[in-house]
Amino acid sequence: MKKYFQFLLILSALSVIPFWGNAQCKNFAKKAKIDLLPFIHDGIYNATVLSEGETAELYKTFYSGQQYRIAVVAEETMPKVEFKVMDSKRKVLYSNKEKGFAKTWDFTLESSQQLIIAIQVQTVETLIDEIAKGCVTVLVGFMNEEDKIQK
Amino acid sequence: MNSKCLFFKTLQVFVVIGLVSLFYGCTSETNTNIGEDDKQLTNKIREDSLRVHQIFIALPSPIETAMMLKRAGAQYNEEFLNKLENVNKYSTSKQMALNLGVYSADLSYASLFDQNQTSIKYMAASKKLADKLGILSAIDQSIINRLENNVNNRDSIMQVISETFMNSNSYLKDNQRTQMAAMILAGGWIEGLYLSGQLVKTTKDNKDLITRIIDQKLSLKTLLDLLESENKVQNEDLSTILKDLNEIKIIFDQIKISSGDIEPVTDKKTNVTKLNVKTEVLFKKEDIDKLIAKVDVFRGNIIK
Repeated sequence: MKKYFQFLLILSALSVIPFWGNAQCKNFAKKAKIDLLPFIHDGIYNATVLSEGETAELYKTFYSGQQYRIAVVAEETMPKVEFKVMDSKRKVLYSNKEKGFAKTWDFTLESSQQLIIAIQVQTVETLIDEIAKGCVTVLVGFMNEEDKIQK
Repeated sequence: MNSKCLFFKTLQVFVVIGLVSLFYGCTSETNTNIGEDDKQLTNKIREDSLRVHQIFIALPSPIETAMMLKRAGAQYNEEFLNKLENVNKYSTSKQMALNLGVYSADLSYASLFDQNQTSIKYMAASKKLADKLGILSAIDQSIINRLENNVNNRDSIMQVISETFMNSNSYLKDNQRTQMAAMILAGGWIEGLYLSGQLVKTTKDNKDLITRIIDQKLSLKTLLDLLESENKVQNEDLSTILKDLNEIKIIFDQIKISSGDIEPVTDKKTNVTKLNVKTEVLFKKEDIDKLIAKVDVFRGNIIK
């Protein structure tokens, strides 16, 4: 009887392993919010584990009159991450590759638009045994303009 | 005794299957200590991984919506909020999830207008629903304390509120409860649209507020995409929400928005890029009135 409970205990412990990555990403994303300052994070959690070469896309409507900051942050052990911001026809409006893989981009819009943020983890040029893999988060923040004016 | 034996034998089979599948699951993710042949496999995985896509669909958060309303000239009116005493009426998962979204939007609206005591009360109501939904530690007592300690600092209050949103949606995503997360976001979106409608009705110079309502046509598309992707495994609650939202979409479809090409121009001094784009919007006042009335009914059904 005791053995079965031990088995069940081990099984339950092992079953949480696949979720470790996600839980780690949550803590990572929380720390990464520092890159958004002084912008206020919108509170939406967009983080995942990516390997080198993998891509992810985020679709979001951005509004006129608001100043935004997009921050794409990867774990330190990861290769560089390229992020592109595109319009709904996939015309590239910004690429951080041309800005030394900058982590953030600040922008405003004349009229509200749905934009696509496409991210790709760069591949490592030298062949190594292990594929680089880690958390990548896309954070969106907006400026509290009223406070900025008061300050 | 025999049934006990059968139970343990069955349990043993499941445990063995579980351990074997976990072993395979783990090895497929691990690529350490590989030989020459395996290096080719690694390269193949590397090639395959180039095609892997993950899609995030992000809705405007309640704080973002509240901030837009304030910038559009909105005033604070406590009458518009869902009554606090309603919190005890919600018993099904759908009611609790949608109203957690509703209270989150009300909380954001109140906090942006420095209604600190109201904000604390709405945070407590949100905590109650989050607890009932089993969203562990999304809003704990320390969050309420931090709100109370920062009543005079709006930025800090907004940071605290943003943190609670992130806690709850990350918890739900990490625990594969994405349908629930989508319902909470839907509740928040509807409340944002409801508040906009009430403000349009009670504000004389309401041109900017109407623009904000029209902007929600873009977000509605995002919301429908999100709910439809979550409803691939059919869920009755999501299906009824989708039905109501599609009725709202029919009205939004009467409003025509057309945009030209976006031209980015970066200010070298501030390093802020402006996305210049000319947009034409065609709508009739009746469309806005119909929309406000429809949202009023939908929201009324959510909070009752």
